[in-house]
Amino acid sequence: MSSSNLFEQQRANRRRSLALVSVFVVFFAWIGFGGDVGFYLTTKHAPPGSYRHTIPWFGFGTTLLGVILVGTSWRRGPKQVLWATGAWELVNPSSEHEQRYVNTVEEMAIASGLPRPSIWIVPDKDANAFATGIHTTDAHIAVTQGLLETLDRDELQAVVAHELAHVRNEDVRLMTLLAALVGTLAIIADGTARVLRSGGGRSSGRSRGKGGGGLAAVVLVFWLISMILAPVVSRLLALAVSRKRELLADASAAQFTRNPAALASALEKIEAQSSPTKSIKRGTAHLCIADPLGRRLTHKQGFVADLLATHPPMALRVARLKAMAYRLETKGHLFETA
Amino acid sequence: MGTLIFLVLLVVVVGWAIAAYNRFIDLKGQTLNAWKQIDVQLKRRHDLIPNLVQAVKGAMEFERETLEAVIQARNQAVKVQADASPTGGLKQLAAAEAVLGGALSRLAVVVERYPDLKATSNVTSLQEELTSTENRVAFARQLYNDTATSYNVKQQQFPWNLVAGFAKATQVELWEIVAEAEREVPQVDLSRKKDE
Repeated sequence: MSSSNLFEQQRANRRRSLALVSVFVVFFAWIGFGGDVGFYLTTKHAPPGSYRHTIPWFGFGTTLLGVILVGTSWRRGPKQVLWATGAWELVNPSSEHEQRYVNTVEEMAIASGLPRPSIWIVPDKDANAFATGIHTTDAHIAVTQGLLETLDRDELQAVVAHELAHVRNEDVRLMTLLAALVGTLAIIADGTARVLRSGGGRSSGRSRGKGGGGLAAVVLVFWLISMILAPVVSRLLALAVSRKRELLADASAAQFTRNPAALASALEKIEAQSSPTKSIKRGTAHLCIADPLGRRLTHKQGFVADLLATHPPMALRVARLKAMAYRLETKGHLFETA
Repeated sequence: MGTLIFLVLLVVVVGWAIAAYNRFIDLKGQTLNAWKQIDVQLKRRHDLIPNLVQAVKGAMEFERETLEAVIQARNQAVKVQADASPTGGLKQLAAAEAVLGGALSRLAVVVERYPDLKATSNVTSLQEELTSTENRVAFARQLYNDTATSYNVKQQQFPWNLVAGFAKATQVELWEIVAEAEREVPQVDLSRKKDE
């Protein structure tokens, strides 16, 4: 991959991160100010002396909430992701596998010219890996226990290189923000649903008090919109995000290790373990090297698969890497244009 | 009107020159940083060797020659490293390190012939350390060569070459694999009996 390609990717990622954060805040603002307008309209003809909703407090409130949530995701996002997968930080390697893992990470940090990331292990039998972080100087790399036991040294190195490529391409910030914000939306959607259920039950029991109806309406609108939008938005964003960058990260990994064949065989081994990675849930699936949910779409090529899968078909990735290995062997360089 | 066009052109040219100057400073910094990486990894390699030799010495009385070669190559490399920098002495260092690399891979092949030695976990972990160190040196070299090449090329390209002098940018040496020793496949003497 040429350097202009890299800068383009980094720029695109910064742009998308900004767009993601803006959409999130605007979404919150829209819900709040929408509620204000509704409340204003219902109290507009209220008799003098009683409350009229003229200052959009809801709007200010939800906007502030949106900003706070973005800020929290920015600061706590990587930790949230790691916590969600149950990863633990490897500080003092105690076994051969762990030592080898630490060594390959440090080697790849040198090859990519990045500072050493912190190193994590996910206690899961399935083989998978992901990277997270907001800044390239403070990145985290995690692999599953199963991966450490399945792959040989060169393959592990290739997987680590792939993850560090995500860090260097600045994919991780966007992916991490996405995971954290979508996670927040899901929690809010669940929470509002609960409030609405209990609140609805209460208000039907007694005569409706003043303002209670307005509040219920706002909550209802908020709930409906977030319920409908959250999964769709998260789905679409995850799509835009994942597939092209997986191929790009594969290419960068080959550039770091000069050994594309190792990544190809690592991917084949990961693929052969068809069991889903249990520790990794839907919200963080787009961060992983291979689709952890074991969805069948990843195996197919075609329009629908292209639209819905978070990862490119494994066969395509392996074929591309093998082509690189062949070029390296016969012509001495990795890429067509080099 | 004419002066206005002249002023605009002047601003554009000066703006470009400043950007180009800063770019050179940036590239120089990256090159030196990549060089430091090599330096650190070579030191790590040199520090590891005495431990390795110590660990295998007892069991390998018959392989004195191989061990001697490693120690000698190591000491030579340490000496050369002291006064090598991107602008000079890099070739000698590359050659010394290549000799050391060759000696180390011969040692690794010899160690394979001693199953007892391999069984002790100390040697296994030292071998992992050695593999990792070799990789680090190789990757640091790769990074340095990539960075240094873009630095060198930029200095020669027009119109960048006009500014290169102001930024005190000079051509740096690349770390080329000079000696055949590093490419050479280690010789395994199968006629010799296993000394166990």
